[in-house]
Amino acid sequence: MDRINKADFTAGLLFILFGLCFGASALGLEMGTTLRMGPGYFPMVLAVVLTGLGLAISATAFRTGGEAVGTYAWRGMVFILGAPVFFGLTVRGLGFVPSLFLTTLIAALAGLKLKPLYAVGLAVAVTLFCTLVFSVALGLPFRRFGPWLPIMGG
Amino acid sequence: MDLLSNLGLGFATAASPENLLFCLIGVILGTLIGVLPGIGATATIAMLLPITFQLEPVSSLIMLAGIYYGAQYGGSTTAILINMPGESSSAVTAIDGYQMARKGKAGTALAVAALGSFFAGTVATLLVAIFAPPLTVIALKFGAAEYFSLMLLGLVSAIALAHGSILKALAMVVLGLLLGVVGTDIYTGTQRFTFGITAYADGLSFVALAVGVFGIAEILRNLEGEQDRTVLGTKLGALWPSRADLKAMIAPMLRGTALGSALGILPGGGAVLAAFASYTVEKRLSKTPEAFGKGAIAGVAGPESANNAGAQTSFIPLLTLGIPANPVMALMVGAMIIQGIVPGPNVATDQPALFWGIIASMWIGNLMLIVLNLPLIGLWVKLLKVPYHVLFPIIMAFCSIGVYSVNSNVYDLYAVAAFGLLGYVLLKLRCEPAPLLLGFVLGPLLEENLRRAMILGRGDPSVFLTRPISAGLLVLTLLVLVVVLLPSVNKKRAEVFSESD
Repeated sequence: MDRINKADFTAGLLFILFGLCFGASALGLEMGTTLRMGPGYFPMVLAVVLTGLGLAISATAFRTGGEAVGTYAWRGMVFILGAPVFFGLTVRGLGFVPSLFLTTLIAALAGLKLKPLYAVGLAVAVTLFCTLVFSVALGLPFRRFGPWLPIMGG
Repeated sequence: MDLLSNLGLGFATAASPENLLFCLIGVILGTLIGVLPGIGATATIAMLLPITFQLEPVSSLIMLAGIYYGAQYGGSTTAILINMPGESSSAVTAIDGYQMARKGKAGTALAVAALGSFFAGTVATLLVAIFAPPLTVIALKFGAAEYFSLMLLGLVSAIALAHGSILKALAMVVLGLLLGVVGTDIYTGTQRFTFGITAYADGLSFVALAVGVFGIAEILRNLEGEQDRTVLGTKLGALWPSRADLKAMIAPMLRGTALGSALGILPGGGAVLAAFASYTVEKRLSKTPEAFGKGAIAGVAGPESANNAGAQTSFIPLLTLGIPANPVMALMVGAMIIQGIVPGPNVATDQPALFWGIIASMWIGNLMLIVLNLPLIGLWVKLLKVPYHVLFPIIMAFCSIGVYSVNSNVYDLYAVAAFGLLGYVLLKLRCEPAPLLLGFVLGPLLEENLRRAMILGRGDPSVFLTRPISAGLLVLTLLVLVVVLLPSVNKKRAEVFSESD
């Protein structure tokens, strides 16, 4: 057991960091007066409060004692967080259908248990279902195949 | 009578074939996600928000509401069968429900939970119908100062009812408020905290925040230790409770309904608190308190009624004041705004069909749940066996489509990844996400009302204290804060929440 509660300490630091960032950024905005508050007034007050709370949380970490944070899901973070980013980067270029297929495949990589063939099968099924529901049935304005794929004709 | 004609209008609206269909879709979807691991009602509603653009406002809200109480229902099923509450409000049900299931009375436990929920849902719907209209009359008298004080009360209560450290919950609210003000300032048109990205000028996407913090963060947490869930023997036993069982459940059901209805109105997740409170009350009143934790019927009937009643009455602050009582209600605010409806006291008078249609649909939805779920319970049990590694790629695909289709804005997809990461890190640091989301929704409203109140009060902050309703709300806020920070209460609170983990 550590003497310091790492979870509390880190959380406190994180809140201080956010407070300072928002605070510094709010300095560039007009404060105004209490009567006519400018765009910077309310955020500035909040940023100061958040920094204060962050300090208080870090301070309590020295009193409460250690607490294990546990492992982080690194593999999960890479692939799960990567999936929507990939979708964002390619949905216009590749088009909805190929982009969604690859996105699902990337997300499937986050786990270790799904065999590659099943993952491809799952991605095909998901793509088919979503294309039918969102693009065909609900008529959302997605381009099914994008300009990066000239052969498909768009 | 006014109430009857209003309810008549409501049922006429809710019972149109189209709305019945969407209500059905909603409750089925809700049960499904309640049963399936790793995705809760908040994330699902967030993902489906964009799809509801295409629907009529009434239909979309009816469907979203259906998901909400359907999930509560499905959550109890998993709580009883595999000792894993699908939703936090059914955590208490797991204590005695699972024990009943181990004794071969899973069917009875499921039926008791269903009947209790239905009864509570019926009563609470009636309460919403009776109390919402007079409250809207009061709400119409609210000015900027009152709204500001009321939202402050809401945020502070949300903290009181959150898990874990109060300081952290406070910090989460403030961070949420700050994230909420990102975008264009409404008075001056100044860009705030947008890093020059014009795509964020309209503010950060609410859907992206909700999906990221509630959906993706939860998936990441589940990926830490991949493990399959074991479903307790598929033998359900007799479904219909015996006469003795029925007799044992009536009193707890009535008390649970009363408790739940009262606590549900409180901002910040009244349904969870109601379930815990009901369990404590039943245990204290019982002639055989030692039976609790070993499969007491009262321990299932009471909390199940309470959480369902609470879920229902949490619509009251939303429908009358436009103030969300919990994250799901915050999403409903989002859904209303998307549809061009300004949530608040005017909804009841301007859109009576919508207002009463939603209320009536709650009762219809509860009826559907009981008719559907008891016979279909075998199907849900099968679904429990769907392994998690098949689920999360599907969830991610839906998340991506859902977030993107709001505005066809790819920056929202980057935001969802960022919020997913933020939510996960905060989760690891034991910070609850619910206050963050409430802060985010209320941030712009809070600022607007603060600034308006200051202008109306000629820059004198005492305006909040000289107006009686506002002053009363502020006193109440202070009271909640003091009570929560009292060491004895704080300790008790820690005990209550530790049982749910």
